[in-house]
Amino acid sequence: MPEVKEIRQHKSVVTYLLRFFVIGYLFVLVVWPLSEVVQRTFAPVEANAAGGFGAFLERLQDPSVTYAFGLTVTCAFWAVLINTVFGLGISLLLVRYEFPGRRILSVLVDLPMSVSPVVVGLALVLAYSSGSGWFGESLESVGIFIIGSTPGMVMATAFVSLPLVIREIIPVLEEIGTDAEMAASSLGAHAWQSFRRITLPSIKWALAYGVVLSLARSLGEFGAVKIVSPGAEFRGETATLLIQNRYNNYDESTAYAAAFVLVLAAVLALVVVTFIRRPEDRT
Amino acid sequence: MTNVIAPPAGPARTRRPSGGLFRLSTASGIGLGIGLVWFSVLVLLPLSAVVGAAAAGGWSAFAGTLTDPQTFAALRLTVVEAVLVTVVNAVIGTIVAWVLVRDDFVGKRLLDVVIDIPFALPTIVAGLVLLSLYGPDSPVGFNIVNTRTGIFLALLFVTLPFVVRTVQPVLLEIEVEAEEAAASLGASRFTTFRRVILPSLVPAITAGSSLGFARAISEFGSLVLISGNTPYQTEVASLKILKFLEGDNQAGAAAVAVLLLLVAVVVIVALDILSRRVARRA
Repeated sequence: MPEVKEIRQHKSVVTYLLRFFVIGYLFVLVVWPLSEVVQRTFAPVEANAAGGFGAFLERLQDPSVTYAFGLTVTCAFWAVLINTVFGLGISLLLVRYEFPGRRILSVLVDLPMSVSPVVVGLALVLAYSSGSGWFGESLESVGIFIIGSTPGMVMATAFVSLPLVIREIIPVLEEIGTDAEMAASSLGAHAWQSFRRITLPSIKWALAYGVVLSLARSLGEFGAVKIVSPGAEFRGETATLLIQNRYNNYDESTAYAAAFVLVLAAVLALVVVTFIRRPEDRT
Repeated sequence: MTNVIAPPAGPARTRRPSGGLFRLSTASGIGLGIGLVWFSVLVLLPLSAVVGAAAAGGWSAFAGTLTDPQTFAALRLTVVEAVLVTVVNAVIGTIVAWVLVRDDFVGKRLLDVVIDIPFALPTIVAGLVLLSLYGPDSPVGFNIVNTRTGIFLALLFVTLPFVVRTVQPVLLEIEVEAEEAAASLGASRFTTFRRVILPSLVPAITAGSSLGFARAISEFGSLVLISGNTPYQTEVASLKILKFLEGDNQAGAAAVAVLLLLVAVVVIVALDILSRRVARRA
């Protein structure tokens, strides 16, 4: 259709103005500041000090920095594991089963993403802190401390990334429908067999997508973790908390080095997500 | 649309599938039970604790906290900044989506990836990224620390993808025929945009804007380093909560938190209704 092409390819002055406006806007807001971070990460601290990749690696090998990244990875691992199991189960139940309160639950599971991270931290403190929480005292009496320790940080991380797996799986589950599963069960397959052979293969890409998104979100969580963590060096200081502490203590070079690692992780997640989405688009 | 880190796609709505729904069996019932217990322990009980703590002192204590001049100033600043950012995003986000869908130039795909970066970055890193260019030793001689401009810029940065990513898929689906018809009937390009294209984009722009607004209201991480936290000047709601909490005033923190929760719930419900209506019309 030549007319369609004409409309699409017709370039007026406005088209060019808009194009340069958008490029300029994104450059000033995102690209330029990012390039500045990269530059500062590899810049020498003082005029005569060594810069470059070696100095960057050296900053990352500081024990407090490796501790922070280790703790971040630990929290992210448990949060993603919990969210994947919970997300799979809840998605299957919401899409495949009829029960009272189903619609309310489907709206509620989306809530955690919209709650401010500070509110998430505050909520966990008010429920589980041993001093003032609702359940703090009873948990303390059996020797469980959640706030100010790793379990609390895992919970904070799991809270903020909870809906990511669910959001990806539900649309796919709805699209594939129940015909194949019904057929499998009429042929005598157990629920587990039908899940493993029929359901899982068709949602595996959506699941992988959701897991990568949760992982990216978990590695970068700051606000909620800040409130439930003691946040001191070697005591609950995650990578994001380290960035804040170091920046405020005028150790900008370490802050930028740690930030650069997290930027790399985020960009890597974006790239992986692109590759995951592709096979899905082909079908 | 290529890729989105956490597509701001609104609530995980469940449609009734065309086939039937299963009844709960024993196994799935137990599964549901375990799921609900975990969801309550992680989300519902803590959030109820916030509401409980805010309500503990009664209405007068709640209202007293929120109308305290310093708290009120923080709330007002948060709302004003969020509204400004939302308006700017509604316009610029639509333009960005338009250029990404309809224009064609070298490097367009790269630009498409750039849109996702602010959302993919950890919030504290987002703040640091902005400070590296617009911070204390800025190479462009422009210091945003402890200014309202800084807060505005940080919110603009973290909410960049919302409108773009909701408008983009709708724009891709719009039939060129309608535009063609309008043009052949003598409509100018601007009239065509206003009368033919814009109306079909409105639901998407609204959805993206509300998500962006909710995010802007509750933003914390990217503002920690940028907002100087000066009362009456650059203190926003989320930082006020932190200050209350550090001052051991949990009731105060809970009162502000309830307000933020309320905004989140309203946005979620509104989006759910909006998406159902759009789905029905389609």
